[in-house]
Amino acid sequence: MNAYLACVLALAAGTYAFRLAGPLLHGRVELPVRVQELLTLGATVLLVALLATGALTEGHDFAGWSRPAGVLVGGVLAWRRAPFALVVVGAAGATALLRLAGLP
Amino acid sequence: MLRGMRSPHRTDDPADRTTGFVRLSDLPSGVLRDIALVLAADFVVGVSFGAIAVAGGLPLWVPVTMSLLVYAGSAQFSAAAALTGGGGAVAAAATGLLLNSRTAAFSLAVADSLGRTWAARLVGAHLITDETAAFVMAQPDRRSRKAAFWISGLGLFAVWNVSVLVGALAGSALGDTGRFGLDAAFPAVLLALVMPALRDSGNARRAGALGAVIAVAATPVLPAGAPVLLALLGLVAMRRRPVRPVEDPAAEPVTGPAPTSSGTPS
Repeated sequence: MNAYLACVLALAAGTYAFRLAGPLLHGRVELPVRVQELLTLGATVLLVALLATGALTEGHDFAGWSRPAGVLVGGVLAWRRAPFALVVVGAAGATALLRLAGLP
Repeated sequence: MLRGMRSPHRTDDPADRTTGFVRLSDLPSGVLRDIALVLAADFVVGVSFGAIAVAGGLPLWVPVTMSLLVYAGSAQFSAAAALTGGGGAVAAAATGLLLNSRTAAFSLAVADSLGRTWAARLVGAHLITDETAAFVMAQPDRRSRKAAFWISGLGLFAVWNVSVLVGALAGSALGDTGRFGLDAAFPAVLLALVMPALRDSGNARRAGALGAVIAVAATPVLPAGAPVLLALLGLVAMRRRPVRPVEDPAAEPVTGPAPTSSGTPS
């Protein structure tokens, strides 16, 4: 709990505050496009970093080849605009098969 | 589906005002069908989220509570990925908040459609998502915008929370998840989430690539969570773009693939 709960509550409170922006500030404030772009780009960078470390590392070490290979399969499917469920199943399935074949 | 969007007209025509409750008949059947399709797509995404989160090692209450209180697909996926992948709680919350900052723009765009009372505004605010904003902005008049907001908003909230619970229960029944390769699912989902941004923006590709290299290189030496936050240094790879024609910031995200076509969580 603790860290999980703190994370959920912080995220929930912050997100609700963003959502209240409209009803509270409507007509008085407009988010500059430049700020909007920077926030979007920041979120993209964090997501890419999360997925890269998540795909390649486990703790402080290399995660083995099966996982990044599966993520790559999922990435190719996403690139080809495959449906969401197929991306999930493709990535997990490829990793599972590689592990079954003995790759770490 | 979401093509042919109109920017919200702000009219004070009394005939255009809404009073009382929203009815299903306030929307054309085509729009109701579109909403139903998005509900079905989100059900699949919600089940995946619940299952992967629990399979990744989170207790069942975490994805379930997150879905009720945070209620934002991509932020939930990234937060759960950070929590299960050793990214740490701070990185999890920071990424989620940055992702959800765009909700402020949607909120400004749909504020007219929530209703007149403060109760409606306070409850309605929680239901603002990419999808509800897209549905609202696609409607031509005030009455149907309000109907689109509440019908899609309440429907999505119900479907999302039920599907996440179903997925979380299924995920707890799976047992050894390494065998199923589910640890590859989170990074793959995040990749699917950023794909449209990477496709469209050179800045996103440059900053993302540099950030990823920094984070991976720092992982062996820094404590959990720090490498992902350090990745923000990747923003230095950003280049100023030439000035573009003025766009409505709230209208941008819905120019991507419609939720029905990709089913990507938002």
